[in-house]
Amino acid sequence: MATESKEYAMPDAGARAAQASEEFETEKLELSMGPSHPSTHGVLRLNLELDGEIIQKCDPVLGYLHRGDEKIAENMTYNQFVPYTDRLDYLAPLANNAIYAIAVEKLAGIEVPERCQSIRVITSEMARISSHLLGLGAYTMDVGALTVFMITFTEREHLYTLFEELTGARFTTSYSRIGGVTRDMPEGWTDKVLEFCTKFLPLLDDVESLLSRNRVFVDRTADIGVISKEDAIAYGLTGPNARASGIDVDLRRDNPYSGYEKYDFEVVLGENGDCYDRYTVRMEEMRQSVRIIRQAIAQLPEGPYRAEDAKKIILPHKDKTLTSMEELIQNFMITTEGPQIPAGEVYFEGEAPKGALGFFIHSKGGGVPYRMKIRGPSFCNLSILPKLCVGGMVSDIPAILGSFDFVMGECDR
Amino acid sequence: MIAQDLLAALQGVNSEVAERESADWPSFNCPIDSLVDVLRALRDNHGYDMLVDATGIDNGVEASPRFTAVYHLQSTANHVYVRVAADCADSENPVAPSVVDLWAGADWHERECYDLMGIKYENHPDLRRILMWDEYPYHPLRKDFPLAGHEGQLWDGEIAEVTGTGTIPAPMAGGPFVSSCSNFEADKEPRAKDESWNEKNEKPNG
Repeated sequence: MATESKEYAMPDAGARAAQASEEFETEKLELSMGPSHPSTHGVLRLNLELDGEIIQKCDPVLGYLHRGDEKIAENMTYNQFVPYTDRLDYLAPLANNAIYAIAVEKLAGIEVPERCQSIRVITSEMARISSHLLGLGAYTMDVGALTVFMITFTEREHLYTLFEELTGARFTTSYSRIGGVTRDMPEGWTDKVLEFCTKFLPLLDDVESLLSRNRVFVDRTADIGVISKEDAIAYGLTGPNARASGIDVDLRRDNPYSGYEKYDFEVVLGENGDCYDRYTVRMEEMRQSVRIIRQAIAQLPEGPYRAEDAKKIILPHKDKTLTSMEELIQNFMITTEGPQIPAGEVYFEGEAPKGALGFFIHSKGGGVPYRMKIRGPSFCNLSILPKLCVGGMVSDIPAILGSFDFVMGECDR
Repeated sequence: MIAQDLLAALQGVNSEVAERESADWPSFNCPIDSLVDVLRALRDNHGYDMLVDATGIDNGVEASPRFTAVYHLQSTANHVYVRVAADCADSENPVAPSVVDLWAGADWHERECYDLMGIKYENHPDLRRILMWDEYPYHPLRKDFPLAGHEGQLWDGEIAEVTGTGTIPAPMAGGPFVSSCSNFEADKEPRAKDESWNEKNEKPNG
């Protein structure tokens, strides 16, 4: 099927347009797409310059969701910033929480217990599934397949019920603390996660059967928005978007953190780097996430769920603070001055659902970072748009944006 | 080990390249004149083919040099990172060379750093603000920019004229109550981040 769509492929259309523009004098049309076009995940505006249906120039306008997170981070303690990480990639807050906490823990030089690592892995992978589900639903809706959105949204709801049971919140989970997580998993929670996995896999097959050989879907995505390997590296693409272009990178395997080296999973790669490959990579990634979750639950170690010996970093237990002087003072100091982190610089990237989410922390010691730079994967992924869209058609933009699965919360920060 | 080999190699490019303190990856201080050469050497000779992040640090209003440009490179084959930092010579008008020629993706990173930190990148093809609106007069990530923000004009003159409003500082009363990042014990004492009004700075009418 992919071959049949060649007839409508971009190079031909581009060549035809070039020929046409030689023959006729055409007027350029400036079109402002957005900021609230339904296909834009968040508020992104594209200033397009069109020659008929062909895009000649694309200038993304960012910043509608800029909240100054980096400035805010410089003005509050490490733990106070955790809720702000929820709002970076607000479709996968659990993954952001974990990566942020690991970055600060690297600087502090503390190791969290294995149980905590496993909890972080399970929640991160669940966040990946929920993020990919929404990304997939929105993507297919953009190219005209509404049913998938309904299915994936319902399934995502099941995940959110599980998140709520674990963290107390559906969306803004704020689950991590520097040196651990807020609370242990409730009893029987892992069984519910496994039950979800069992029900989820056949559903994913259903979705795949709706899309993978769907003529309309394939026509709209195959050979559209092709990103070469070289371009992907030059523009700093990461995550599923880079893997769809055939770049063999996955931080979970390459720089294992939080105990990812213990689990067996495949890194899925695409071949062509087109919109269709970005879809297949994400589909397969969800299956791998289920694999990781199952292994993590099967190997789940007992023990503490936070670094109890990091006295100056993690808050003492509440019952102790009410009865013991030592812990009361500790509680007061950590709450007001923040967890005591040594001076130094650290850069840590973790594999968030959208790509490599990085935190660069420059600390002068104490409870507040001196400078914190957040590297949002969506920001880097989108930076290729001005190059990618040129020569394409306006109708390709929803497909390209959908396949990128970006979120403006972490792009604008 | 990697750090020592890299340092020796980079000192071949410029003898003033020095090791920088780091809690994780190899990290180097580099004179700003040879920044592009050092980064090119890292990319071409040592396999650091991806620019993952380019940003800046404001070392404080009094500090000299005040601004530092920081780059993080990753090797997609060996999965290791390196950090290169370069101090900008002029603290009033910090300038750094653009690396867009080396990595096309540096375009947006440098625009962002220019926008928020005010470092000008020489030879950048299109150095505009990216997150704030074009007419915005400040660089918010500089240390002398207050957390609450400044009073100013709206980005759209038409809206400003009709509504008669502008941007106002955020109300900070009851805001975060934290210690600051400082070398002095007295400054480290936790206090409210209320920068909007106090004895010295009275609450405006209305």
